[in-house]
Amino acid sequence: MITATTRKRRLLPAGALLGAGALALAGCSGGGGSGGDSSSAEFTYLGQTENTTIISTLETLAGDACAAEEKTAPLTPDDIAGTQWDQQLQLLASQDALSNMSMAAGTPSLMAQFIDADQVLNLTEALEELGVADKIQPAAQSTIEALYGDGDLYALPTEFNIEGFWYNEQLLADNGVEVPETWDDLVDAAATLDAAGVQPFSAAGKDGWPVTRLVGDYIFRDLGPDALQKVADGDAKLTDPEYVAAADAVAELGKAGYFGDAVGSVDYNAAMNTFLTGGSAFFYMGSWALANFADEEQNQIGVDNIGFARFPAVQGGEGSIDQIPANVGIPVMFAEEGYDDATGEWLKCIVENYGDTVLADSGVVSGFVVDSPPADLPPTTQIVQEQIANAPSSVLWFEALFTSEGTSVSQTNGGGLGNGTLTGQQFMELVQAANDKG
Amino acid sequence: MHTVLGDKRAIFVLLGPALLVYSVIMLFPIIWSLYYTVQDGNPIVGFEFNGIQNFVTFFQDPAAWQALAFTLQYAIVLTILQVGVGYLLSLLYVFWLRRASGLIRTIVFFPVVLPTVAIALLFQRLFEAAPTTGPVNSLLNAFGIASVDWFGTPAAAFWIIILMDLWRSMGFYAVLLYAGLVDIPEDIIESARIDGAAGWKLIRNIVLPLSLPVFLSSLIFSINGTLKVFDTVVALTAGGPGNATTPLTLYMFRTSFSYGEYGYGSTIALMLTILCLLFTVFIFRSTRRDLTKEGAL
Repeated sequence: MITATTRKRRLLPAGALLGAGALALAGCSGGGGSGGDSSSAEFTYLGQTENTTIISTLETLAGDACAAEEKTAPLTPDDIAGTQWDQQLQLLASQDALSNMSMAAGTPSLMAQFIDADQVLNLTEALEELGVADKIQPAAQSTIEALYGDGDLYALPTEFNIEGFWYNEQLLADNGVEVPETWDDLVDAAATLDAAGVQPFSAAGKDGWPVTRLVGDYIFRDLGPDALQKVADGDAKLTDPEYVAAADAVAELGKAGYFGDAVGSVDYNAAMNTFLTGGSAFFYMGSWALANFADEEQNQIGVDNIGFARFPAVQGGEGSIDQIPANVGIPVMFAEEGYDDATGEWLKCIVENYGDTVLADSGVVSGFVVDSPPADLPPTTQIVQEQIANAPSSVLWFEALFTSEGTSVSQTNGGGLGNGTLTGQQFMELVQAANDKG
Repeated sequence: MHTVLGDKRAIFVLLGPALLVYSVIMLFPIIWSLYYTVQDGNPIVGFEFNGIQNFVTFFQDPAAWQALAFTLQYAIVLTILQVGVGYLLSLLYVFWLRRASGLIRTIVFFPVVLPTVAIALLFQRLFEAAPTTGPVNSLLNAFGIASVDWFGTPAAAFWIIILMDLWRSMGFYAVLLYAGLVDIPEDIIESARIDGAAGWKLIRNIVLPLSLPVFLSSLIFSINGTLKVFDTVVALTAGGPGNATTPLTLYMFRTSFSYGEYGYGSTIALMLTILCLLFTVFIFRSTRRDLTKEGAL
């Protein structure tokens, strides 16, 4: 008995150490958590909480066109808030824990890192292998390829958006304002509207990008479609006078108060609401807003009352008005880790059916080839389809080729341009300094 | 007790687990972070040694200097205000309200127990300019003054953060200093009064020197807490407008986790640690003489 007790006592410290060690390890290992790991028994999807279109379309597919795939590997969705999106993806990627399918990183430069580290699936090869490579619209495909710089496809275009000024036809007509074709027309229109007591533009200065988009578009119109590529390649700087002129042009609008009061505190939903309740004449936004336009509860001005104006030309500029700003929203990517036959089947089914389903159910124009378009599309959706079909080429957006830090600095200072507290020169210096660090 | 603590194995059993957990979750990451200060990269693209490049970047980075300037400005202004107002409140409790101070103490202390995010939301609504007009702007409008975009103007945003943090923390410092003040023996104060000391004289010559240790602790608490401010700023302004209210901590967080530069982020963290250390040593040093004087009392 005595020996047994002594032995027990001797074992006690070891046991305690082991226990503590196990506890500490359990604390460190963290377990996949919200990201979900990519095992073959299920098909995991991680999306942003704010985006309900992709997940609802996937769920429709799982119950219908992709029922067989759903049976082999059930769709297991998860979501987290979009504000921390890139951070969460970095964390998951560093632990090889990306979901089978997830929304791609918001910053293209981060996607380029994932591609370099073989974290994301090369879809050019995968789609070729599955025999569905022709199901992606060439325009959308080239937009994604331009974005990540590798020349191959690494994400699926669940959206294909064009951007421009949506306008309230009634407000323009009431004030005798024509749809602007040049930047000077736009400034004159804004002055006329402002004098008549109508807020010319509605913009989310808190989010910043709806303001910085204007800077980018102005640069494309003034200096040509390759102007920002030159900056990315180091052949030009944002602080060069011809680039600063673009930021100054937008800052002028801000200084004149054309974006309304307290634009720095206005967020996306508030800006959308201002436009859709008749509070502003123009609203620069992507065609993803069609879903909001189609919602009668949100849209008080009526869907027939909304027109689309291409971003105006800059007089004497090298760019042209029909180079339409386009993007693929936040596309979806597939993880290299855990990609197997079941996931391949899902990929094939999504590529074949997503475009039709999302257009019919949500009115969203995607970058997939649509086999049977629904007959009764809302007029705004038809405008978008027409614009896409007629645009000879497209341009990216202001931050598309910036570093993560450049993107963040640009967008957090967009509000400053919008309320006129920053000059074009100050804004461009901040952004260029952030880009130089990367 | 002596036999238990005299036994090395017992000490090992008692301390071992705690030490192990502490090492794994505190010491190890600190050392790891130190190692990152001479590295470039992130877990996705891998790391590579880059010598003192991160430190060179730090000293040449205007954003880092701006964050440092904001941090110092915030820490100094808020420390003066929260310890100052806390001290005034504690004097109020002890010398004026006396035994009736319980209710006031509770009310002033109340914001301390509220979650930061809830307070930040409250202040956001209070000072809101768009899309709806908050109470403060409504009040201004009532007097015929136009709404102010509080969070869109750097100076205004700074003072709102200060105001919010002051409201949130003064109760804590008041109670802390109150504990120090009630510790001053009644007879000393009484005899000082008999000797003719009253009001400001009494506070300056008797109360302040006798409460100096706790006052000093409050200063160190405050300066270290405010230099490391993170949650209040993130919840209230997210560092904006632009990066006008971005402290070093938030800049470090963004650099590491949003921009994927773990090495440079760790360097900023190290700089912040050194800054905290410098301030603490400075406060200790500058009051050392008074402390010894007090020891002689």
